[in-house]
Amino acid sequence: MAAGPVHGSGPGDSPEGPEAEAPERRRKAHGMLKLYYGLSEGEAAGRPAGPDPLDPTDLNGAHFDPEVYLDKLRRECPLAQLMDSETDMVRQIRALDSDMQTLVYENYNKFISATDTIRKMKNDFRKMEDEMDRLATNMAVITDFSARISATLQDRHERITKLAGVHALLRKLQFLFELPSRLTKCVELGAYGQAVRYQGRAQAVLQQYQHLPSFRAIQDDCQVITARLVQQLRQRFREGGSGAPEQAECVELLLALGEPAEELCEEFLAHARGRLEEELRSLEAELGPSPPAPDVLEFTDHGGSGFVGGLCQVAAAYQELFAAQGPAGAEKLAAFARELGGRYFALVERRLAQEQGGGDNSLLVRALDRFHRRLRAPGALLAAAGLAEAATEIVERVARERLGHHLQGLRVAFLGCLTDVRQALAAPRLAGKEGPGLAELLANVASSILSHIKASLAAVHLFTAKEVSFSNKPYFRGEFCSQGVREGLIVGFIRSMCQTAQSFCDSPGEKGGATPPALLLLLSRLCLDYETATISYILTLTDEQFLVQDQSPVTPVSTLCAEARETARRLLTHYVKVQGLVISQMLRKSVETRDWLSTLEPRNVRAVMKRVVEDTTAIDVQVGLLYEEGVRKAQSSDSSKRTFSVYSSSRQQGRYAPSYTPSAPMDTNLLSNIQKLFSERIDVFSPVEFNKVSVLTGIIKISLKTLLECVRLRTFGRFGLQQVQVDCHFLQLYLWRFVADEELVHLLLDEVVASAALRCPDPVPMEPSVVEVICERG
Amino acid sequence: MEDDAPVIYGLEFQARALTPQTAETDAIRFLVGTQSLKYDNQIHIIDFDDENNIINKNVLLHQVGEIWHISTSPADKGVLATCYNRTSDSRVLTCAAVWRMPKELESGSHESPDDSSSTAQTLELLCHLDNTAHGNMACVAWEPMGDGKKVISLADNHILLWDLQASSSQAVLASSASLEGRGQLKLTSGRWSPHHNCTQVATANDTTLRGWDTRSMSQIYCIENAHGQLVRDLDFNPNKQYYLASCGDDCKVKFWDTRNVTEPVKTLEEHSHWVWNVRYNHSHDQLVLTGSSDSRVILSNMVSISSEPFGHLVDDDDVSDQEDHQPEEKSKEPLQDNVIATYEEHEDSVYAVEWSSADPWLFASLSYDGRLVINRVPRALKYHILL
Repeated sequence: MAAGPVHGSGPGDSPEGPEAEAPERRRKAHGMLKLYYGLSEGEAAGRPAGPDPLDPTDLNGAHFDPEVYLDKLRRECPLAQLMDSETDMVRQIRALDSDMQTLVYENYNKFISATDTIRKMKNDFRKMEDEMDRLATNMAVITDFSARISATLQDRHERITKLAGVHALLRKLQFLFELPSRLTKCVELGAYGQAVRYQGRAQAVLQQYQHLPSFRAIQDDCQVITARLVQQLRQRFREGGSGAPEQAECVELLLALGEPAEELCEEFLAHARGRLEEELRSLEAELGPSPPAPDVLEFTDHGGSGFVGGLCQVAAAYQELFAAQGPAGAEKLAAFARELGGRYFALVERRLAQEQGGGDNSLLVRALDRFHRRLRAPGALLAAAGLAEAATEIVERVARERLGHHLQGLRVAFLGCLTDVRQALAAPRLAGKEGPGLAELLANVASSILSHIKASLAAVHLFTAKEVSFSNKPYFRGEFCSQGVREGLIVGFIRSMCQTAQSFCDSPGEKGGATPPALLLLLSRLCLDYETATISYILTLTDEQFLVQDQSPVTPVSTLCAEARETARRLLTHYVKVQGLVISQMLRKSVETRDWLSTLEPRNVRAVMKRVVEDTTAIDVQVGLLYEEGVRKAQSSDSSKRTFSVYSSSRQQGRYAPSYTPSAPMDTNLLSNIQKLFSERIDVFSPVEFNKVSVLTGIIKISLKTLLECVRLRTFGRFGLQQVQVDCHFLQLYLWRFVADEELVHLLLDEVVASAALRCPDPVPMEPSVVEVICERG
Repeated sequence: MEDDAPVIYGLEFQARALTPQTAETDAIRFLVGTQSLKYDNQIHIIDFDDENNIINKNVLLHQVGEIWHISTSPADKGVLATCYNRTSDSRVLTCAAVWRMPKELESGSHESPDDSSSTAQTLELLCHLDNTAHGNMACVAWEPMGDGKKVISLADNHILLWDLQASSSQAVLASSASLEGRGQLKLTSGRWSPHHNCTQVATANDTTLRGWDTRSMSQIYCIENAHGQLVRDLDFNPNKQYYLASCGDDCKVKFWDTRNVTEPVKTLEEHSHWVWNVRYNHSHDQLVLTGSSDSRVILSNMVSISSEPFGHLVDDDDVSDQEDHQPEEKSKEPLQDNVIATYEEHEDSVYAVEWSSADPWLFASLSYDGRLVINRVPRALKYHILL
């Protein structure tokens, strides 16, 4: 009905509006019409006529432009179609007109009927007004009556109220008089709670009226009964066996009876102590003098449920009961908890100490986790007792000890590896065949150490696992990772490894060669590998596993690498010394024990020289297994064919300092090797580089220098000198290939021969060709 | 004056033997013995003029053979002993003899400016230390601070104590001791301790050090495996009676307390080849000189085990020959042991180093090619020790 006028005004407005607003308004009106007739927009859009609402040629579109439409029609359509559309359009217009007329008529009828209805309503309301007036008068009459009745009953009402008061009072008095008997009954029945409640209710009244004799009597009676009650409660409290909750109830009742809280709380704690000590005793029994029967997890479980649970109950009950006691009471409880907690911790620590040697970290960590988790509850209840802190401390200590244990384990593993290597090195020698692949041994050692390290890391990593309750403690997030694991365990192990390796260099038994040289070589390579790759790998692994958040300084990789390199260098140098010494001793004995003055004309190379060459070759093979070849200086075209330049003369003096005082005429026979003056000084025990050539050069240098020094201590006959010549030429033939700079071998051997010539009263050297023949034959 | 520059003197023969003229306490004088198998060997008496930095030398002929060891009497400037090789019938025997040099050469440089080698004088033989029964003589050591009458000589495995009588013209074998053991034991070096009234001698054979009592000729102590290889030389600390330094083929110098011979007190490992010689400075025992066949001479400062670990202590015996010594005492930080200097003037193996008996800050070293180098302790260190 309300839509009527809207509908009416809609079409009326649109022609009057300004030209620009016209399409807008028309569309609005269209929308309203559609709304009224339940035509949805969707239905309108569903018509095939216009998918594009902005198309000016769309008849039903909002932007319809008749001119454009006509133009389009005229341009696009043939005459027949034009005619068709004209008739079609005329038909449509007519249909629309008739539709509009129908609508107007329908709405007009509805408007008329609405006007009739309103008129009828007006009449009805007038009738209703009259009836309301009548109701008002009637109500006024009723009020009047009611007031009169109230006034009449006032007197009686007051009397009833008074009587009711008296009745209540009498009931109370009766309660008081009955109180002693009731209390007695309650006590007899054991309903202590009820008794205490009665007593509480009566107490105040009796107190107030105690000057009246009758009340006094009741009070006395009550007090006697209450005293008995207290007695009984205490009795029950002391018997104690009935468990913490009942005890707490007793205490609560006693408190309500006004017993001194101080004394009660002492007693309460004493009882609790008894019970908890019982728990501790049972734990201690589990600990036992002999083998710890239950595993550590079970132990901490028992401790957690028994002792810690009990402690929690006690603490909770205490705080509830004695909250009124204030800080003094809390202090007492804290002291109590501290003492018992301390004993508990001592037990736990004893148990954990038994676990130290064991290998199963996960069990230990789980036990620690339980232990720590359990103590969080009392820790929260009793912050002052510091239980949680103490527990964390214990866990930390265990973790530290565990790290130490693992470090020790790694050391032992390393030493074990070394023992294995020693055995492996010793065994095949008995079988008479040389080294079972030093490279394999090295790989075995390296991988076994690495796997040990990884196992240790994994085991230690359990301590920082997310689900473990203590892993988010600052210690485990920071110090444990950086100082403990990284520094203590990993860095500590690498350091100790280096030290162990270095200790082989310092071993006093230099002569006996307690350490097989091959082991030195292997360790040296191992350390070098550590320097190049393994250390940084292990440390990266560690840093990844233990995200170090601690800012404390840690040993940088470079320092460790430098240490490892230094160790490798020392080991290799020591290896060179040891091997050089072996060959040196051979040469020394051979020179010292021979009578060089009366020796015969040389026919052969001495056997010891062949032995030297053989040994050097063996060393070359051994070193070659582990170290790269290295660089050597460019070789002369045919080094074996050179002749010794022993008798070149003319002494050089140019390099002598200005204050050199020339002495007597020059002895032309003196050794004057120009080469020697201009060549580099030969550092005999110089540090070696990490390659085969350098190692071999070192060994050969040491050997030849020994030969030189020994030759200088002897006196040679003619044939002795020739023998030396032959020997040196032989060495020359075979040793040059091992060294970095073959000049070095020439130089040293030259010097040996020259020295021998000097130490010979009758120096007649052998023809180089003969020397060569002998050497080739040998 | 360029104080620290070394002074170099060249001999024309190989040489191993070097000694200061022990009895001389004013002039700096060294004796060098040569080794030549083909020519007459010589003993060069080398005077060093400290003020002018000049060397004067006199040559004595030593015709009996090449000299392996030389030592001078502590009492008589003109008396010296040599160990020399005598080659005969394809046999080499090392003998020892006591000699007297011509009177005019005893004390000082009367050297004429012209070349003196043509006028080389000969030594006067005083006596032989007869070793026909004992084998090769390795060294001769005079009783220090004695009257030049007692001499120890080492012959193969024997220690022989000689009495020189009738102004050294006669050597009487007073007593002897010998090493017993497996293999060929050969004593390589020996020193006479200046302590205990000069009744102790230490010897080295192979890797072992032994101490002997000259009164009973019995062994006092023995340091087995003192070095990894052959022990080449040893020396007593002049100020600490139980301290001893040794060196050897393991390139190490070790310091021993003879009361506890299981461990060396200190070990130095600075040389890169055999160490042939070790010498304590006669006055300042922190200064230790070593010569090695790596052609280097190293001067080390072993303060921590010296008699003056906290700087110089006033000791009348020590300072008697130092005029410029300041007696006042300053408290100093304990110094670190370190190498003071490495001298690289030699081209060949250095077989002998010796401190001068006259100037405690001066020393000589001799290499096989006959080069004698005279060096001084660096001035800065000298003043540091003195002041």
